[in-house]
Amino acid sequence: MSAIAVNSSVEPSPASSAASPVSHVASANVDIRQLEIRLGGVPIIAAMDLHVQAGEFLVLLGPSGCGKSTLLHSIAGLLDVHEGSIEIGGRDVTWADPKDRSIGMVFQSYALYPTMSVERNMSFGLRVNGTPRAEIEKRVARAAEILHLQELLKRKPSQLSGGQRQRVAIGRALVRDVGVFLFDEPLSNLDAKLRAELRRELKQLHKNIGTTMVYVTHDQVEAMTLATRIAVMNKGRIQQIGAPGEIYNRPANVFVAGFLGSPSMNFAEGTLQVADGAVTFRRAGLSVDVTRYAFAQAPRDGQPVLLGIRPEDIALHLDGAAAGDGTGTVALVEPMGAQTIVWMDVQGQQVSAMLSGHAEPVVGQQAPFRIAAEKVSLFEPGTQERL
Amino acid sequence: MSTPSPALPAAAGLPRVRSKRPPRVTPARIGVYAFLLTGAAFFLLPLYVMLVTSVKPMAEIRLGNLFALPNAWTVEPWIAAWSQACTGLDCSGIQVGFWNSVKIVLPSTVISIFFGALNGYALSFWRARGANLLFGVLMIGAFVPYQVVMFPLVRAFAAAGIFSSLPGIVLIHTIFGMPVMTLLFRNYYASVPGELFKAARIDGGGFFRIFFQLMLPMATPIIIVAVIMQVTAIWNDFILGLVFAGRDNLPMTVQLNNVINTTTGERLYNVNMAATVLTSLVPLAIYLISGRWFVRGIAAGAVKG
Repeated sequence: MSAIAVNSSVEPSPASSAASPVSHVASANVDIRQLEIRLGGVPIIAAMDLHVQAGEFLVLLGPSGCGKSTLLHSIAGLLDVHEGSIEIGGRDVTWADPKDRSIGMVFQSYALYPTMSVERNMSFGLRVNGTPRAEIEKRVARAAEILHLQELLKRKPSQLSGGQRQRVAIGRALVRDVGVFLFDEPLSNLDAKLRAELRRELKQLHKNIGTTMVYVTHDQVEAMTLATRIAVMNKGRIQQIGAPGEIYNRPANVFVAGFLGSPSMNFAEGTLQVADGAVTFRRAGLSVDVTRYAFAQAPRDGQPVLLGIRPEDIALHLDGAAAGDGTGTVALVEPMGAQTIVWMDVQGQQVSAMLSGHAEPVVGQQAPFRIAAEKVSLFEPGTQERL
Repeated sequence: MSTPSPALPAAAGLPRVRSKRPPRVTPARIGVYAFLLTGAAFFLLPLYVMLVTSVKPMAEIRLGNLFALPNAWTVEPWIAAWSQACTGLDCSGIQVGFWNSVKIVLPSTVISIFFGALNGYALSFWRARGANLLFGVLMIGAFVPYQVVMFPLVRAFAAAGIFSSLPGIVLIHTIFGMPVMTLLFRNYYASVPGELFKAARIDGGGFFRIFFQLMLPMATPIIIVAVIMQVTAIWNDFILGLVFAGRDNLPMTVQLNNVINTTTGERLYNVNMAATVLTSLVPLAIYLISGRWFVRGIAAGAVKG
């Protein structure tokens, strides 16, 4: 993998010809404007704007049925657009045939051609568009080298393992001169270990070839680890788009806050108390000083709010030594090795906290807990938007 | 009931109770076998009578012992049936019909399967406007009795100048095979993941390239089934061959009928039996060789309608 020269600049430098990447086409940007897609008359996506920069790894993340795959398929040209436009590399491709869009796509089910060998699977697209045989061989060999498929070229897909099949599917996209790679939940059919392995390979691949990638998943770990930017989608709308860290630490609304993180964020309803320049979140049995919170608008005294705090930002004092922001009763313990998740009962509400793997909480134990005030997120209960 | 711990039964001193293997012979099983044997005998007995009669000389047949094995074996009736039996004034045996049937079955099977596969592929993947309606109409076509459309078809074929010709009978078989062939392939392609087709579209494949290079090779199992179904059906056809093939192309079934109905003096039962066995040999062989595939094809056609 390290032998591949990274050449994501628009103008290919002549020096790179010795170890040129498989794709000679500069990675392209994708511009989606006011897109509307209907399936059977029902609008799945409405008035969507999305701009993917060249060379970016954009992950579309959301629950099933949120329209992320629909969006990807419309970029690929496999679905007709009802309204709006799609541009790839500055060219309007809204009504272009899939093959003319400069895209390569990898599917969840691998979608390998079962009657063709690995080699012929990868070269199918090139053979279709009449690429000279020498060039086909060169590109297939190159892709096989990148993906470690050299020994498998003569095999049929049925003789490959799941991970190998998906690598062939990636190779098939790789040999074509494309500006954008589209991934439709490519790792979902693999077991956990392979998934982690291929995830790493994908990230390395993106680093090496620098082609724009749009990646659909419902797996937040994949999204967090792979993405340059994540677009969290729900009900056909992009809820928030930004770098993984930003999405995780500063979720724009309650949906995004709840969707990312495992276990998911804890929420508590309460009111704000503004007095002497200090702002405090209050509810029965809990008070958190949120004076330093970056409010978008000045907080009002008595304003009802929803406080969100991630499990890892709750410190539990099992020895009962320190005084806490509140006290909970340990209800359930999930040891995960490196960490231990503790589910507490706090005045009838379930709260999760993530402790180090060394902690040994006992079910039924009373323990004070402290909330990292600088890590909380506050939401408006009505609109569910971040304050 | 058994526990993995070895200490337990010994320590407790309890006798180990082994569950008994159920008896192999039960009344239900005897009943099933009795029924199967009766059924097999019912269907095999006529075949036995045919085979036995076909190797007896006429002198023995006249004695009227239908089930008796022949005293003097002879292959004369078989030779006569193949190359000497008379239909009307022409006495060159049933071989003429055999080769006519081959000439009808081969192109009809290939053409009907090709278009059935093409239809099934187009209906499953390209989802043209009105595809479902078209498919529905085709299915209705499968249930229309031949007799209803026979006369209009004869008139139409006569007007087109292909009545009583080899292309005419091939076309007829292709048309009548279309609904079932389309259904067969459509159902098969419905079980193929749509992503495969999408991947081929992204790779730049057009309608025919995806069909010939991807979908047709993939359908090998169902093609075998289709060949079995079409060869059997077209070989066994009588009425279409009688009406549309014309005097020079009469298939084996029609010729068999003529052989049996042509009598000059004594009715040659042994020759008739031999001719009948010869005629049914092709479908019989296909069933015996490919029964497994045939059952699979029926199942493939039944599920996922």
